[in-house]
Amino acid sequence: MALSGVEIFKYLPKTNCKKCGHPTCLAFAMKLAAKQASLDACPDASADAKKVLGEAAAPPIRDITIGAGDKAVKVGGEICLFRHEKKFFNPCAFAVSIKSSEAGDAAAKKIEMVKTSEIDRVGQKLRVDAIAVTDDGGDAAKFASVVKQVVDGAPGVPVILVSANPAVIEAGIAHCADKKPLICGATADNADAMAKIAKEKKASLVVSAAGLEALEALSDKVKAMGVEDLVLDSGARKAKDMIEQYTIIRRAAIKKNFKPLGFPIISFAERGDSLSEAMAAAIGVMKYASIIVVNSVEKWKMLALLSLRQNIYTDPQVPMQVKQDIYKIGEATDKSPLMITTNFSLSYFIVRGEVENSKVPSWIAVMDNEGLSVLTAWAAGKFTASKIATFIQESGVEKSVTTKELIIPGYVAVLSGALEEKLPGWKITVGPREANQIPTFLKGRA
Amino acid sequence: MALVVPKESYSGKIYEVQLGSGAKTVTIGGANALPFLGFEGTFPHKPAVALEVMDIAPEDWPETVKKAVSGASASPVQWAKFCQEQGADMVALRLIGTHPDQKNRSAEDAAKTAAEVAAAVDIPLVILGSGHVEKDTQVLQAVAAAVRGKNCAIGKAVEENYKTVAAAAMANDHKLIAMSQLDVNLAKQLNILLSQMGFAKERIIMDPMSSALGYGMEYTYSVMERIRQAALLQNDPMMQTPIICDIGLNVWKVKETIAPDAEMPEWGGLADRALAWEAITASGMLTAGADMLIMRHPGAMAKAKELIADLM
Repeated sequence: MALSGVEIFKYLPKTNCKKCGHPTCLAFAMKLAAKQASLDACPDASADAKKVLGEAAAPPIRDITIGAGDKAVKVGGEICLFRHEKKFFNPCAFAVSIKSSEAGDAAAKKIEMVKTSEIDRVGQKLRVDAIAVTDDGGDAAKFASVVKQVVDGAPGVPVILVSANPAVIEAGIAHCADKKPLICGATADNADAMAKIAKEKKASLVVSAAGLEALEALSDKVKAMGVEDLVLDSGARKAKDMIEQYTIIRRAAIKKNFKPLGFPIISFAERGDSLSEAMAAAIGVMKYASIIVVNSVEKWKMLALLSLRQNIYTDPQVPMQVKQDIYKIGEATDKSPLMITTNFSLSYFIVRGEVENSKVPSWIAVMDNEGLSVLTAWAAGKFTASKIATFIQESGVEKSVTTKELIIPGYVAVLSGALEEKLPGWKITVGPREANQIPTFLKGRA
Repeated sequence: MALVVPKESYSGKIYEVQLGSGAKTVTIGGANALPFLGFEGTFPHKPAVALEVMDIAPEDWPETVKKAVSGASASPVQWAKFCQEQGADMVALRLIGTHPDQKNRSAEDAAKTAAEVAAAVDIPLVILGSGHVEKDTQVLQAVAAAVRGKNCAIGKAVEENYKTVAAAAMANDHKLIAMSQLDVNLAKQLNILLSQMGFAKERIIMDPMSSALGYGMEYTYSVMERIRQAALLQNDPMMQTPIICDIGLNVWKVKETIAPDAEMPEWGGLADRALAWEAITASGMLTAGADMLIMRHPGAMAKAKELIADLM
């Protein structure tokens, strides 16, 4: 259970030595309670303090890393139920399922799709995160051959081994034992054997049960056998069960600090139809799944799911930013209008949308203002005449727009005089205050 | 240590709002728990999906969605019937042709179109202006009178014109869609202003301002989650109106629904991508608490309805 600042204070040396960088032990305790400091900063903390505070500081949901190397993915470690309360930290991993029966060409095709899945979105590189090799006939040799095909074909991509048969898992893990795979997994019937494999190979382990009571019991049992890195599968497959059971798991872990369910969730969203599958996966993205297994990873589908994940896992306190640049909208020429706005993604999206609506080819100069909107950036002194002038001069936009006219947002009309001084030879035009007036404004000029 | 299912105790409930007249009315709202949490609340009505129709041909729409409605979209009446055949719960008529930058159709013409569409279908009707603040006041007044008795949802009332639009809805016994700009407090403020002028809050449907997947959807999503929490956990009567999300409008202007295969090969095929964009946006809004969606592509609507069935 999380401790309050005063409770933490009782365990500190109370010397106010300032070595931790805080003026008093109480101030440091408050920072610890707010999770803005680490006890490591206190050189004189007693062993007792470290034990008690360490337990209290353990995240309500354990974080687990699957795979090794630079493609390893960390999931779990979440601390809230709603993204507006703080943020969601570790984006869920998408894994494509490759079945034993797909050994050969079908598997090769999926492996290739995973390898070429990377896209760049608002500055982030996103891709299919993992491959779930799935036993669908109980044939250990065949399963192992697919694992080998995956490990050889997509080096470094984290692997999930899916079978209820310990012998099949043994055969498969032989090809990826040093790569921290996730074993999926332990059931009430095979828990002893699976826990033994996971322990030996230092792999993480999914515990699967139908319903939360059975899941809790199995989680406790496997943990008692010495496997710490667990992932939960409550058996939910229908969207209704996913959203309900995952909510209960997340709430129990975060609000009640209920340890047996304090682990990341794996969700099997597989559906016959690919878009139906995407929509089931979407529920997992929003409502607490940390690993989502799908049958297929077409480019259109991953673009939508990865964009959704990026939206949901964005820090609500830090505005999404667009790259500083001069953006060309439509078939803009050197005579097309040039407008400037800030790099707050919403400002840019809305301005861009309205410019596109107007059907008037244009240029949008997006200036880096640390993601602030126009008025906020202006008020904070980050959208001033001299800063805009520097940006415009350094951007080289003069080469593509010969009219030397810059349209500024109506809300900062006050800047126009100073801008004309700082940008000799440029004409500054005051545009509309609101983006929805842009089409009328642009068409009126045409 | 045995698990005790951690349930929230909700003190509030979303108002039930009925739309339409005659046999095929649709009721939305009524939830007394956060979206789809059946283990701790009841959801008497499933979210409804309206398909969008316009009073002019959809020339501006991207190819994928234009093609999907091409057999019917030449006439608003045909188009509305087509929506009903496709299984839409409602028809949403957007009078975009009245916008001065469009065809600048008169309020009388718009009223005529609305009456014709209302007569052509028996599912409930949502009637939206063009979004031009001044013109909408004239258009929606005429339209509200022309479809009197049909119990439509009329909108959108915004801060700048809510008095006139609400008066038109009130005088003709319609429900009202009130839109604010992506902010919990603004949404509440508009509901308060409407109540103060005598418009019953139980007749309002709140539009928190939608956005498309990848283009600010997370803002709408979190605003909606916060509105729903205020309504149910803090029992705020000004937040307990059902929520509508006007998603087709936003989705079908982003690059992901427009860019041809050849331009963005790393994005996959346009037809699938565009459909997925509207469908996944719908999944986000439903998860955050939407009681009603306005969509454009019949195929995406079908997927949204399939997901709703999977969630209930």
